[in-house]
Amino acid sequence: MPKELTYEDIEIGMELLPLVKETSSRMSAEWAGASGDYDPIHYDNEYARLRRFPSAIVNGRLKVAWLIQMMTNWIGDEGVLRKLGCQHRGVDIIGQPVKCKGRVTKKYVHDGEHLVECEIWTENPKGEKTAPGEATVVLPSRTSRK
Amino acid sequence: MNEESLITEEMRKAVGGLLNICITKIERSKIKMFVEATGDLNPLFQDEEYARKSSYGGTKVPPGYLITMQMEGGSPGFYMPDQLSLKGAIDAGGEWEFFQAVRPGDVIIVDRKHVDLYEKKGKLGNMVFNVFETTYRNQRGEIVAKGRWTTIRILAPGVKDYEGRKIE
Repeated sequence: MPKELTYEDIEIGMELLPLVKETSSRMSAEWAGASGDYDPIHYDNEYARLRRFPSAIVNGRLKVAWLIQMMTNWIGDEGVLRKLGCQHRGVDIIGQPVKCKGRVTKKYVHDGEHLVECEIWTENPKGEKTAPGEATVVLPSRTSRK
Repeated sequence: MNEESLITEEMRKAVGGLLNICITKIERSKIKMFVEATGDLNPLFQDEEYARKSSYGGTKVPPGYLITMQMEGGSPGFYMPDQLSLKGAIDAGGEWEFFQAVRPGDVIIVDRKHVDLYEKKGKLGNMVFNVFETTYRNQRGEIVAKGRWTTIRILAPGVKDYEGRKIE
């Protein structure tokens, strides 16, 4: 694990370490098994076309799980993910990579907690934000270790 | 495009209702499936020896795992109109808050409420939005997380629903 991130390391506008995921129908099947969501729209191209998508699409909840993973990777063992949300504005097609990205928008201390807010999103190969959102984390501080 | 509202009286009546309650003991085998499916190899979630050195003192359940714990349909005894089923609905997104860490072996009680319903016209047809809220409690009755999320149903001529029924 990399050096622990602390509140003092944070600067507004700072970019988060991106997380890039290759997608495949196998991965879609594994997610169906792990999540219990067997909607064929995520692995059956013909069915996805009946639902008016170009082909099978990446499960939105899997993209949320990846955004969460990007956050927990970034904050390290002593950081805490407090809040995360996103909107599914576009679809990601199975077979194309999904990039999770983010940047810091705000840092502040509230009730003794050192909080950092980030804008986060998933991006398709065209550079379009398919799932824009926000996340809030609590980081350890060098001045008041929790 | 259909100009009439697709929201039925039955659907309106369901707003505010508790749809289901799922009680799940968190098994390590399920966490393993989750981390394999997501490719999340963070040792904090799987390696007990490693995680013992963290200030938490043991492995945590990945926060993302919690968001998968609400996919089940209606539980017996709860009213669940077909239109609120997650089958055939599109996930529009959501927001989750995490209040405290969850450990493998914890028993998590998840309840799902239907909190809002509205309609919009889109390019593909009428879109019905359903908003749900999920509360996660542990075996001590403490709220560990909350979620609020929206699904969309696109109802347009020619589109087939999940069960293969064609929408006229």
